[in-house]
Amino acid sequence: MNLMLTGLNKISQDFLGRSTAATRRILVCAGTGCLVNGSLKVYEGFVQALKNSGINAIVELKKEEEGVFVSRTGCQGFCQIGPLVTILPEGIFYTKVKPADVAEIVETTVKKGDVVERLLYVEPDTQRVCRTKDEIPFYQKQHRFVLSNCGAIDPEDVNEYIASGGYKQAMKAYLEMNPEEICELIFASGLRGRGGGGFPTGRKWDVARRETNVKKYVICNGDEGDPGAFMDMGIMEGNPHSVIEGMTIAARAIEADEGFIYVRAEYPLAVKRLRKAIDDAYRVGLLGKNLFGSEYSFNLTIMEGAGAFVCGEETALIASIEGKRGMPSPKPPFPSISGLWGKPTIINNVETLSQVPLILAIGADGYRKRGTKDSPGTKTFALTGHVANSGLIEMPFGATLREIIYGVAGGMTSDTGKAVSDGFKAVQIGGPSGGCLTRDHLDLPIDFDSLKTVGAMVGSGGLVVMNKNTCMVSVARFFMQFTQHESCGKCVLCREGTKQMLALLDDIIEGRATMETLDLLEDLAAAVQKGSLCGLGKTAPNPVLSTMKHFRDEYLAHVRDKRCPTGKCKALVRLTIDEDLCKGCTLCAVKCPVGAITGEKGKPHHIDDKVCRKCYICVEACKFKAIKGD
Amino acid sequence: MNGTFVFIDNKEIPIENEQNLLELIRKARVDLPTFCYHSELSIYGACRLCMVHVEGMGLVPACSTPPTPEMEVSTNTEEIRKMRKIIVELLLANHSQNCPTCQKSTTCQLQALAKRFGITKVRFKNQLREMPPDESSPSLVRDPNKCVLCGDCVRICSEVQSVGAIDFAYRGAQTVVIPSFGKALDQVECVNCGQCARICPTGALTPKSEVDEVWKDIHNPSRVVVAQVAPAVRVAIGEMFGLPPGTTTTGQIAAALRAIGFDKIYDTSFTADLTVLEESGEFIKRVTTGDRIPQFTSCCPAWVKFVEQYYPEFVNHLSSCRSPQQMFGALTKEMLSSELNVKPEDVIVVSIMPCTAKKFEAKRPEFEHDGVRDVDHVLTTQEFGRMIEEAGLHFKELGPESFHMPFGFKTGAGVIFGNSGGVSEAVLRYVSEKLTGQKHESYEFTSVRGENGIREAKLSVAGKEFALAVVSGLGNARRVLDRIRSGEVHYDLVEVMACPGGCVGGAGQPVFSDPVVRRQRTKGLYENDRMLELHKSQDNPYITELYDTVLGDVGSHKAHELLHTSYRTRKRILDEDVSISSGDEKSLDISVCFGTSCFLKGSQKLLHDILGHIRSKGLNARVNVNASFCFEKCDKGPTIKVGNRTIEGCTIEKAIEAIKREGVALAEEVRQNV
Repeated sequence: MNLMLTGLNKISQDFLGRSTAATRRILVCAGTGCLVNGSLKVYEGFVQALKNSGINAIVELKKEEEGVFVSRTGCQGFCQIGPLVTILPEGIFYTKVKPADVAEIVETTVKKGDVVERLLYVEPDTQRVCRTKDEIPFYQKQHRFVLSNCGAIDPEDVNEYIASGGYKQAMKAYLEMNPEEICELIFASGLRGRGGGGFPTGRKWDVARRETNVKKYVICNGDEGDPGAFMDMGIMEGNPHSVIEGMTIAARAIEADEGFIYVRAEYPLAVKRLRKAIDDAYRVGLLGKNLFGSEYSFNLTIMEGAGAFVCGEETALIASIEGKRGMPSPKPPFPSISGLWGKPTIINNVETLSQVPLILAIGADGYRKRGTKDSPGTKTFALTGHVANSGLIEMPFGATLREIIYGVAGGMTSDTGKAVSDGFKAVQIGGPSGGCLTRDHLDLPIDFDSLKTVGAMVGSGGLVVMNKNTCMVSVARFFMQFTQHESCGKCVLCREGTKQMLALLDDIIEGRATMETLDLLEDLAAAVQKGSLCGLGKTAPNPVLSTMKHFRDEYLAHVRDKRCPTGKCKALVRLTIDEDLCKGCTLCAVKCPVGAITGEKGKPHHIDDKVCRKCYICVEACKFKAIKGD
Repeated sequence: MNGTFVFIDNKEIPIENEQNLLELIRKARVDLPTFCYHSELSIYGACRLCMVHVEGMGLVPACSTPPTPEMEVSTNTEEIRKMRKIIVELLLANHSQNCPTCQKSTTCQLQALAKRFGITKVRFKNQLREMPPDESSPSLVRDPNKCVLCGDCVRICSEVQSVGAIDFAYRGAQTVVIPSFGKALDQVECVNCGQCARICPTGALTPKSEVDEVWKDIHNPSRVVVAQVAPAVRVAIGEMFGLPPGTTTTGQIAAALRAIGFDKIYDTSFTADLTVLEESGEFIKRVTTGDRIPQFTSCCPAWVKFVEQYYPEFVNHLSSCRSPQQMFGALTKEMLSSELNVKPEDVIVVSIMPCTAKKFEAKRPEFEHDGVRDVDHVLTTQEFGRMIEEAGLHFKELGPESFHMPFGFKTGAGVIFGNSGGVSEAVLRYVSEKLTGQKHESYEFTSVRGENGIREAKLSVAGKEFALAVVSGLGNARRVLDRIRSGEVHYDLVEVMACPGGCVGGAGQPVFSDPVVRRQRTKGLYENDRMLELHKSQDNPYITELYDTVLGDVGSHKAHELLHTSYRTRKRILDEDVSISSGDEKSLDISVCFGTSCFLKGSQKLLHDILGHIRSKGLNARVNVNASFCFEKCDKGPTIKVGNRTIEGCTIEKAIEAIKREGVALAEEVRQNV
């Protein structure tokens, strides 16, 4: 089926036409976060409640009919207050909606147009009640560009994507542009790879375009695996067609006729929605032969990763698709020249590809209006940690940490989640490959290059905000444990180096380290960073090196004074019994598994620190709260 | 790129076709350390030892960096030296510390690098998770505690040999190199060629030693211990004692064997001469009748196992001749025991071989009669060298001695068996005279010589055209077999040696990694041929005498009994059948092949239908149904076995018919027993 402009327009008009008779639309967030919190029940609740109230619940827009159109959307980002429900046309935004709330919403909002006050978002600082999304600082202070459709459309409905202007840019790429022009446009836009490296996408494409091989491939890297990162998941679940459209354009740009989306199997919903999207795209003629009536074809397949973090590295990903063990191989040759099955291949991250249709729509100059000169556009971040608001956010490059933490994130919190005014200690940016930023960097504009100068990287975009009670050595250890576990085991420096770095960090945390340990850790980290085969190994020492640089005092306290300044490293804590509080009940001495506690009944007891194994059983046992760590 | 230069440590080095910096740096006579780079294997980039500093690029691995003109390379900066030390320390911290007792001690590259980099202390904690060594294989010992995971073994096994018996499993610090499914090496498709052990930089893969058993027999006064020395040994063993590769040391070998205490010292080249006559006889017969052409040589046991595993349809193309080692064993046991009037079990045949697969071959059940093996022990060249060392012999200074007669007499034809092309040339030296009935002056057939892994020759003998292929390396063998199978090529005779270059490059030879060594050994063998008095097996007077007194004619009944054998198809991975349903003890066994090929051809449905049939006929108590893994009849699948009958291309109708037929027999048997 040829799908010319008229075809796309028809689908678009049909969709919009059919939706006109619906009086309202209920958008229930069906991102992974909200689903976990029961949003599917909420969705089903709406369908049922509408029926019970005698209102036609439109689940699928098949024809023009009166009623209320109920849809499930992709992730809207503010997962911590989910399940989220938006009622259109007013845009009333309900939070933490439970199935029990549904009848009331139907009664009050759907039928009468009034709001259910208790389900609205209340700004914690000012107690201001927010009726719509736009009034909420979390959304207000973002710049949602790539994510603009996530949460606004039904990701499983190709018609709605088309109605929102989708696939028009792909058609333009196939009918009005030649490969060189597309590469030039992408290059001119300054788009850089969002997967971590920040390599200019246009240049990568142009290298592949210049290859004369008749067979070429486009791969979308959806193997997002950083702990706490879910940006790509948000896009794949919330707007899968934008990824497909981006890939279709990329295919035209390098003259490839085949593509793969490599998604980690731990994202079943993303896999499901992408599968549906691909099937729909084939059905409508947006994939397959003679795209948009041109002579070009593009076929797309999903490959599910088998759970190895390293397969996010492009050469390992290629090996995995080829059915081999997912291990990186040395570059050169670069995939743009010799990639999948030895053919020129471009691999782009999900977020990068989903920017592509937008760039074609607004042009390079339009795109460059956002972000900085060398890092144009926006970046999504997975914001977590000791902040009031966490979730999936999008900011233009050049935004500062202060804007994010004290703006979007609503400020710092204590370990228990209470707002605190001055609790900021550090931000780990870029996941296990990134580095720590401190108070000194709060006003640093975040972009690819500025972060590199301070030993961090955008990475895939994880942002973990940490308060003053965080032990930075433990943070370094946490990430080191992750990378050492995820190392593929191929190159010596990464395989053995991360293992030994972890052992050295354990020595520090458990009080066995000397000053030589620190020197050795630094030397080893430098060797692993400079000598590892792939990005995983090369960046694995970043958390260690950056915390050692910015929080050296904390390391020294652990090593020299055998003391953890935050008291988080249990092995370094010296437990003592407060003589004033101790009643001499002997319970602690009885419970102590190593016999470290002595004392006469009725008299204050004493802990022998040399014997104590810091198991904290005594602390838990003491009814008088007499045992404390220093 | 030619005509341009790279600056290596400020020295101008011309680029001449080198694909990577490492080759260029070696050309600059700088010995850059590496575990995982070998010119014959793909670039792997895992050991990180060859990191060099390139101006403008920083640290890069030399193995995977192509040279570009004017590149400025430094190979010994402080950063690089520090990194190398760290890498070696990291490896040592995850390595068995039993250097003095390791077979690879003094030839281990990790040990050498630790010494070279002046590492006197490992700053990291030893984190080795001890794992038991795998000693299941008759040929090789795999000790994971000594593995540096350079992947050389994995790549040579899959890339060069196309076997892939071992690979990486698990990830990160848990990574190990193991056979498939974590099975023991003798349970999988390993052909025992030992190329993995040859290339292993450490002691993680080593030839299995039989030295102790040999000493024990030597010390046992009731035993007559006989040595046979394979051709390739004589041009290599000197390397262990400081002689250049290719130096012929036949006389020293005889002297050493005598000094160690062997009673008889013979030469496998003698039975190589015998092989020439038998194999040529078979070839002439087969080629004139067009029977099973091409004929494949069968001297190489790794190759034989390879065919048995992967090419069941070609098994009967293998020459039925035993290998020279096994011919020797059979003849010696037969002749020496009667001549010396000792029991065959007291004649101990010890082979000294360049090969690890020969250890496997000697243990094949075909070569054991009444509990007595034709060949009792197989020593590799390395093991023999260690015995010489243990005995304290100054090998280099030993005065040359001679072999015992008659089996110590050989022609040049028997000697060149030790390199790729030698068997073919030896056969040609015989066939050309046999078919023409004339004696020729010349004896060299240089068209079958050379270094390529696949060489072809067309020869005209007595008006007949013969097409020959000389193949070394099993990956090459696979390519040739596939071409033969597809009809793309036709050959009359195909010589295959599993090891690249033939036996001179065997895994039992002194440790080497530079292909130049192999070339020099080959050269040594051809020189040896030239130095010898006779060059054609048919001219060996003792061979003539052997036929006159013992064997009769070439291909006679007696010759067949002693010198020929048979082959079988083999499962690649040994596995018990999986029981699907079982009946009582007198039940009929039905096994349905669930190997990949049969599975794809519908064996699952077939199994389902068979079970349905059995249920519907109420035969449950009378049959055992098993799923089996590969009967090696892949091209004719789906295959099932009913009782002892194999049914190829099986359908449910054929299966029911077979069950019926076997069922009757079963019923009768049951009746008789009742």
